[in-house]
Amino acid sequence: MSQSPFRRFIIILTLAWLALFVLAPHFLVVLTSVMTPDAEHLAVWPVTLDAYARIWEPLYADVFWQSLALSAKATLICLLLGYPFAYIVAKMSPAWRAFMMFLMIIPFWTNSLIRTYAIKLLLGNKGLFNWVLEAIGVIDAPIQMIYTEFAVVFGLTYILLPFMALPLISSFDKLDKDLIEAGHDLGAGFWQRFYHIVLPLTMPGVVAGCLIVFLPAMGMFYVADLLGGAKNLLLGNIIKNQFLVVRDWPFGSAFSVTLIVIMGLMLWLYYAANKKVQRMGGLDDQNL
Amino acid sequence: MTRIFKTGFLGLIFLYLYLPILVLVVNSFNESKYGYDWKGFSWRWYEKLWNNDALMDAFGNSLLIACLSATAATVIGALMALAIYRYKFPLKKTAGSLLFVVMMSPDIVLAITFLVIFIALGIQLGFWSLLIAHITFCLPFVVITVYAQLKGFDDNLLEAAQDLGASESRIFRLIILPIILPAIISGWLLSFTLSLDDVIISSFVTGPGFEILPIRVFSMVKVGISPEVNVLATVLLVISLTLVTVVTLLMKRKTEA
Repeated sequence: MSQSPFRRFIIILTLAWLALFVLAPHFLVVLTSVMTPDAEHLAVWPVTLDAYARIWEPLYADVFWQSLALSAKATLICLLLGYPFAYIVAKMSPAWRAFMMFLMIIPFWTNSLIRTYAIKLLLGNKGLFNWVLEAIGVIDAPIQMIYTEFAVVFGLTYILLPFMALPLISSFDKLDKDLIEAGHDLGAGFWQRFYHIVLPLTMPGVVAGCLIVFLPAMGMFYVADLLGGAKNLLLGNIIKNQFLVVRDWPFGSAFSVTLIVIMGLMLWLYYAANKKVQRMGGLDDQNL
Repeated sequence: MTRIFKTGFLGLIFLYLYLPILVLVVNSFNESKYGYDWKGFSWRWYEKLWNNDALMDAFGNSLLIACLSATAATVIGALMALAIYRYKFPLKKTAGSLLFVVMMSPDIVLAITFLVIFIALGIQLGFWSLLIAHITFCLPFVVITVYAQLKGFDDNLLEAAQDLGASESRIFRLIILPIILPAIISGWLLSFTLSLDDVIISSFVTGPGFEILPIRVFSMVKVGISPEVNVLATVLLVISLTLVTVVTLLMKRKTEA
């Protein structure tokens, strides 16, 4: 095949765009994370590991663990809600299933910041939940729901639930029904079939769902800002403050690099789960 | 599981997903500023939104960025998908991994990578930085959609065209483009949504000269309840519902034809 100009153009476009706006920026962030903060030039030489050392200072380590815990809670709730949901939806007729997915995606079309604000209307002291609880006489005075960790987890779960449900539905779709029937014929009960067949074979969906819920959850600073009050609840809040307020870029970058490392570990876990399922004779690895 | 349990469970999930939006929509018509004491139906906040220049400007800017970045991402993404599908070239695997990185990276990580590169390249934060960032984070979704469509069709068509002497760009225009058209439409819509929805990346790469919706809304709702935001949410919802319905109908007619 001759090197047509069109061909050369699209190859160069592809490589140049990705090099300039993906590869170089990531490299620069890693570089920034080992530089010295500077008020005027943001980051200067010499190379130092100070930023990484500071992550372990109690103040930041606390937020870091708190952020991990909040994201983990949100991820777990998404999984507990999303798994049965995906199971029920995947078993429906194609038309119903399409309709259910449509319903699930519609809220996604409204800006997530606006939806987060909507939760404020539910959880506020004058919000819908308190109003209903008072009206039916369960409580006398409003319960503090907004500006608590509960509110943040509620919001994260709300924004991220569709991201958990979609990969789960696709992995239930691929589940070979014959295997379950075989289990049934061999005398396995419901829980046995679930534990030995359904759960392992849908594991890639579970891991994929957790991956695309857990990591973004840590970064969603606007959810913590609006629902958790002005506290540093999530890693995203620290990173945002270091970059946009305090202007300590190396420190903010060090946190991001840590996040990238966690992502790498989780991806590795995903591939391991997928490989295991393939060995068990399950699915192909087209879950992502 | 019994039928009632299943229906109840689905109902609860959808209640969870729709209740906040419903509260917004209902409140957008409430005469009173604070909901829950319904003071009667009113278009008052719609008028207020219409006259809120700062918010309307930000809304317009967001729509502009969403349209432009969706269009550019669709064009560039479709070409990238074609390059990756059809040609062998050095670093092809790397290109694929980089797209994967963009797709998987949390927004906050992408946000700072964009900020750092724009500062390093001396690109002023504002319109252009937003546009480039939005195009880039939409790209992998377009590439995947188009690539999947390319994979599903007969390679012989391309070879036949080549043997008959068609140039690469002609093959693209006359054969590939019509085939990937549905993927192009859904890629565009997905990019448009992603761009309108983005809060995190935009708040990092925007500058004072060009305000877009999330930044404006964020500063409005931080202080308290803002009825104009209820209206804005309702308007956005109506726009997107119309879009989705039109597209669904169009696609349906296309597959039936």
